[in-house]
Amino acid sequence: MSSSDRVSVVVTGLGATTPLGGDVASTWSAMLAGTSGVQPITDDWASSLPVRIAAPAAEDPVSVVGRVQARRMDRCEQFALVAAREAWADAGSPAVDPWRLGVAVTSGIGGVGSTLSAYDTLREKGWERISPYTVPMLMPNGAAGWISIELGARAGAHALVSACASGAESIGYGIDMIRNGRADVVVAGGTEAAIMALNIGSFAVMRAMSTRNDEPSRASRPFDKGRDGFVLGEGAGVVILESLPHALARGARIYAVAAGAGYSADAFHISHGSPDGAGVRFAMTSALADAGLSPSQVVHVNAHATSTPEGDPLEARAIADALGPAAADCVVTSTKSMTGHLLGGAGAIETVAAVLALRDRVVPPTINLEDMDDEVTIDVATKARPLPPDVGAAGPMAVLNNAFGFGGHNVTLAFTEYTDAEA
Amino acid sequence: MTDQEILAGLAEIIDEIAGVPADEVTPDKNFVEDLDIDSLSMVEIAVAAQDKFGVEIPDEQLKDLKTVQDVVNFVSKNS
Repeated sequence: MSSSDRVSVVVTGLGATTPLGGDVASTWSAMLAGTSGVQPITDDWASSLPVRIAAPAAEDPVSVVGRVQARRMDRCEQFALVAAREAWADAGSPAVDPWRLGVAVTSGIGGVGSTLSAYDTLREKGWERISPYTVPMLMPNGAAGWISIELGARAGAHALVSACASGAESIGYGIDMIRNGRADVVVAGGTEAAIMALNIGSFAVMRAMSTRNDEPSRASRPFDKGRDGFVLGEGAGVVILESLPHALARGARIYAVAAGAGYSADAFHISHGSPDGAGVRFAMTSALADAGLSPSQVVHVNAHATSTPEGDPLEARAIADALGPAAADCVVTSTKSMTGHLLGGAGAIETVAAVLALRDRVVPPTINLEDMDDEVTIDVATKARPLPPDVGAAGPMAVLNNAFGFGGHNVTLAFTEYTDAEA
Repeated sequence: MTDQEILAGLAEIIDEIAGVPADEVTPDKNFVEDLDIDSLSMVEIAVAAQDKFGVEIPDEQLKDLKTVQDVVNFVSKNS
């Protein structure tokens, strides 16, 4: 289907709670300032682990959702609800038929903290003492369920799971819900709350995590020669997707056009990306085709780049291949250098960052990039970098967000500036 | 334990688990209709009541305990 005979989808609200701030504004200003959210983990549980750093959320979600609600919700569900409330309010709390309001919010892992604590309770005190809310707390679709209840969203509540691509995939699914005519408005995003011993141990045993314990703020360093793995972060990002006619009819403020999504599977290895980068390239070119974009419109890519030795150059090559000569004019960044890796939340908070980069015409920096990997030929911003005001005759300006997950999942989302021509 | 003491203890449990302020937990209140307490929270309340009052509330009894007074009576009779 061409972009001319289907409904346009726009972004009308943003919400986030991240290691850099409890909302979008504080997160965005900290990103532009190049702030690291990575800290030492001083709790006893980390003392015997090889990784003793992480990027915890800047704001405790319990203080926002309240003590009683928090008893019934996993921390990842709490983050999602906080971000969804912000995004919903930011969109002007749209009046929408409940049967035309959808949810696509997910988590890469789900309520693993609740699983672990319920198991402790089971062993120490017996099954009767497990919280009756344990199942709704551990299920990865819990966040979607809670948000649908909060907003009365009845068009369907979905939780696609694709590890660290989950948040981006959910936003892609939200776009489809509107294009397919199932919804006028969709609350879409991802969340994660996995900073605990089992998860860190499990990633560490794969040798996927940074062990730069003595220099927390310098540990996440995508594309840098000295990178040694990712840093685990937590939080959530949520966007409000809306059909353009619905947004125009209510006079909504429009951040950007959610112009398209591209997907692929590496079909190679359960946790290693295919070294030829073909899967990533296919997701990126598919997103461009879905959005009807030429590479010369793409001024910025918020990369997945997690700071692992293997993944970053692979993605850099794929970006260069997918954009061709236009890559020379495209500014790439990895905001994971500041937030750490939010797993299922990553694609969602990075979509928020990409949309704001488009709005403000500025790319947040990749901090700690002091010595670029020789294999990386793309232009990565090491300081906040202004974008040009427009791309001239090429058309609307576009930005991309990449997200990849164990299992070989690749997702690219494309956003363009909103112009009256869309209407 | 007097009925008043049981009521006070129960109100404390309900505040902790369901966030209902203690002064709203009066004998005539229906858990579902008045206090907005669902069946999952009732299970937690029953377990907490068992710990606090030393009275086990079997599932088949729990479903018949509709009001605050019903619980007070049950605890009073079985303690």
